[in-house]
Amino acid sequence: MIYLILFLEFFKIGLFCFGGAFGMIPLIEETVLKYDWLTESEFYDFIGVCESTPGPIAVNMATYVGSLQGGILGSIVATLGVVLPSFIIILLIASLFKNLTENRIFKGFMTGVQPVIIGLILSTGIILLAKTLGYSETFKFNIDYSVLIILTLLVGIYFFSKKIIRKKISAVCLILISAGLGIAVCSFEEFAIM
Amino acid sequence: MKNTGNFFLIFSKKGETMLLSLFLTFLKIGLFTFGGGYAMIAQIKETVVQNKKWMTDQELLEVIAIAESTPGPIAINLATYVGYKKRGILGSALATIGVVIPSLIIIFIISLFLDEFMTNKYVAYAFTGIKCAVAFLILKAGAEMFKQMKKNAVSILIFSAVFIAMILFDVFSVSFSSVIFILIGGVIGIILCGISKTESKNNKEDKN
Repeated sequence: MIYLILFLEFFKIGLFCFGGAFGMIPLIEETVLKYDWLTESEFYDFIGVCESTPGPIAVNMATYVGSLQGGILGSIVATLGVVLPSFIIILLIASLFKNLTENRIFKGFMTGVQPVIIGLILSTGIILLAKTLGYSETFKFNIDYSVLIILTLLVGIYFFSKKIIRKKISAVCLILISAGLGIAVCSFEEFAIM
Repeated sequence: MKNTGNFFLIFSKKGETMLLSLFLTFLKIGLFTFGGGYAMIAQIKETVVQNKKWMTDQELLEVIAIAESTPGPIAINLATYVGYKKRGILGSALATIGVVIPSLIIIFIISLFLDEFMTNKYVAYAFTGIKCAVAFLILKAGAEMFKQMKKNAVSILIFSAVFIAMILFDVFSVSFSSVIFILIGGVIGIILCGISKTESKNNKEDKN
């Protein structure tokens, strides 16, 4: 029963995704890979799409995976699953526990969870970086030079803009710039090989 | 009779905040929040605090604190909270549905075409670049959170343990649910919080 699995898995994601947009990436990745809903490459391509479309990543991911696995009903069921935990929890907080953020046990829980989330985010980022650069399986590394060039240019542009022009580039802009760099560098590489 | 009365409240111009207005406001927020998270807070502040005057700056800060320390996307948390405060459960449901619907429709349409779209050579090239940007954005978000993290022996230890374990698990292709890390971290936090409380009690008694 695909609808039930979609609902339950995305309910779990909604319940355990602390730490904002990037905090939920490790957990969603785990889930979609476990069920073969997406390949790792498809997953990160879609994160790129999420960054350039409106809405929270978790909701976008739920709608996308739901739609691929179960059509329009699947997308609605998965989205409902990912939204419901926060909906219920916030309702409880707003109506019952008015001073939850002052609660000692809750505070203790959050101080323990925070470093876990940061560890998850940074390790996910490093692993993705290594894989994009050409790390394939255990102890095998064939460096992809066009990716290295794109990455250097991208980081260069970001810090140039931040330090010299004193203007932070937004995530959407960064995605657009990187898409342009990807087309330019890969086309040039193809041209050079020919 | 009572039900029809409630129904007309949706369109009533007097009375409290209109349900329709809650729905439309959050629909707009859902449609124009790119990148999520903090980019969105600025927009919610402009709409909910400055234009609609549904809450004060102080209240918004409190809600953001709650949204950050509860699971789920901040946009959803905020919509549910504001909706509930203004018009009860019905209000919270409408505000939440409003904030979700734009992405639901946009992503559903994208999902129908993305596969075909990806077979194009230049689209694949573009995504090679986008993957670099995604890795960069993830690392940047993580680094910023790390800078803001309260650093003491315990938090550094938990952070390092999770960081190293996740990388080793990936290198040796071990599958492990990060939910377990989250729960272990939370329990350690609660235990330490209890210990520090009894310690401070003991210290007080010693002094006495």
